[in-house]
Amino acid sequence: MRYLFFIAAVLAAGFLISSPYKLQLLTFIGINTLLALGLNMLMGYAGQISLGHAAFYGLGAYTSGILTAHYHWSPWLGLAAAVVLAVAAAFFIALPLLQLSGFYLGMGTLGFGMIMFVVFRQMSLTGGDSGLVGIPGLSIGPLSLDSPRNYLFFVWAVAIISIFLCERLINSRIGRALRAIHDSERAASSMGIDTGKLKVHIFVLSAMLAAVAGFLYAHLVSFISPSSFDFLVSVRMVTMVVIGGMASVWGSLLGAAVLTILPESLTVFSEYEMIVYGLVLIVIMILLPQGLFRGVLDIYERAGSKPGNASSRCQG
Amino acid sequence: MLSLRNFECRYGSVRAVKGINLEVASGELVALVGANGAGKSTLLQALCGFVPDWSGEISFEGSPLRCPINPSEIVKKGISLVPEGRALFPPLSVMENLELGAYVRYRRRDHRNIAEDLEFVLELFPILRQRTKQPAGTLSGGEQQMLAIARALMAKPALLLLDEPCTGLAPLLVLVILETLVQLRASGITILLVEQNARAALGICDRGYVIENGSIALEGSASALLADANVQHAYLGKECRL
Ligand SMILES: Nc1ncnc2c1ncn2[C@@H]1O[C@H](COP(=O)(O)OP(=O)(O)OP(=O)(O)O)[C@@H](O)[C@H]1O
Ligand SMILES: [Mg+2]
Repeated sequence: MRYLFFIAAVLAAGFLISSPYKLQLLTFIGINTLLALGLNMLMGYAGQISLGHAAFYGLGAYTSGILTAHYHWSPWLGLAAAVVLAVAAAFFIALPLLQLSGFYLGMGTLGFGMIMFVVFRQMSLTGGDSGLVGIPGLSIGPLSLDSPRNYLFFVWAVAIISIFLCERLINSRIGRALRAIHDSERAASSMGIDTGKLKVHIFVLSAMLAAVAGFLYAHLVSFISPSSFDFLVSVRMVTMVVIGGMASVWGSLLGAAVLTILPESLTVFSEYEMIVYGLVLIVIMILLPQGLFRGVLDIYERAGSKPGNASSRCQG
Repeated sequence: MLSLRNFECRYGSVRAVKGINLEVASGELVALVGANGAGKSTLLQALCGFVPDWSGEISFEGSPLRCPINPSEIVKKGISLVPEGRALFPPLSVMENLELGAYVRYRRRDHRNIAEDLEFVLELFPILRQRTKQPAGTLSGGEQQMLAIARALMAKPALLLLDEPCTGLAPLLVLVILETLVQLRASGITILLVEQNARAALGICDRGYVIENGSIALEGSASALLADANVQHAYLGKECRL
């Protein structure tokens, strides 16, 4: 039901809006939704933090970008390579890092993000600081996705399918196990949950979603440079998750929308972006720790003066 | 089924369990009683992989357990613990807690009859049936204890370890739990029961161990221990009634 409504909204937006700029903005919201969704699976459900997720975003964008622009691969093979590489990288860093938890994990992922940023800047293949140009657009068989409208539909199809799959996962046995880990790793392990393995898997899943987002981004803009994948971008992803609400799949969408539209409509934003994110994180944590989505819903429910919904507020 | 040889546990320089020998045969119901701080919980926690610094030999169903014990593997092997602090998942609902109890059965490929077992534990503790949607953290202390036991049973353990399962329960419910343990034993589950209430525990068990300061002070059949003058003096004070 929610999905039907949502698909209708995307179709309506796609057909009613004619400004290419606005269509592209909506497309960016879809891409950022994928990023926020993946990170939310990790942060909101498994309770692990990553401060270096832009690395996977960049890995996805550069892998497919390089293979298509330099080596003239089909973008779909580029996508496959991007996902494989991101998954491999995520496994590689998750295995040692996820034995740790809390701050250590934050530090470790931060370090990984920095290393990848340097790699993007220094490698000759990536074009260094001046960026990688000539990334081709996408087409599905004879259908070209070059027009902003088609690309919008494509990105949102991917986003909706991802939301659907993530929601399925969360409502499954695995999702319960993730929430158990979030609550207490020790108690979760005594339920027979292999906490280490599950954390690695969810980390890999979120890296994969980030890589897909990177792929979509690269083939949309056709030019990428390291600054699109720096530390600030990782922080922006965390902020999206926090704004939308931890452990809220649909909140990810809201967080992505807010943080895509705000910087575009407020030009002061770009100068003080980091400060704004910092403030937003602090304010949300204090006032609406459930995030905007859940928080506003709660205020609405309370205003509806139903006394019995306290329980809905003590989850997660 | 379970055998400990010269089993020791340390917390830094503190030796909480000192060279214990303990056997639990298949199908037995064994009590482990002792004063506060004697090392009972430490022993159970170590078996489940939560006390990293232990030595000695543990064997379970004929095969030895080796030094870092992985808690999730222990459950998979068929040892479930109802811990002292209950260790529920407070934000998750009662039903979700129960379902998590059965999680390991998917790893063990033994998940066909989960619905029936759910029915069984809800039959056992009917109060939980009315609370399935409630967050576990909002249950009363006694209800939480029932949920903890029910959740452990959902794992279909071969060996059930209980750390003071009757604490905080009304006398009538204590009887229900003890009866349940007898019933479970009859259905083939082996049980190691840690209890402060020695009279209640020994009343339903086959054999018992008395642990003092980390060492086994006495062991024997439950009836012999109940009759033992030292035990009567130390653990079965005259006023102590159920
Ligand atoms: N994490 C820990 N670090 C250091 N010492 C500990 C730790 N846990 C327990 N101990 C010590 O080990 C000893 C045994 O504790 P344990 O919890 O096993 O006792 P118990 O027999 O279960 O007591 P009770 O009946 O009160 O639950 C105690 O002296 C306790 O202080
Ligand atoms: Mg204890």
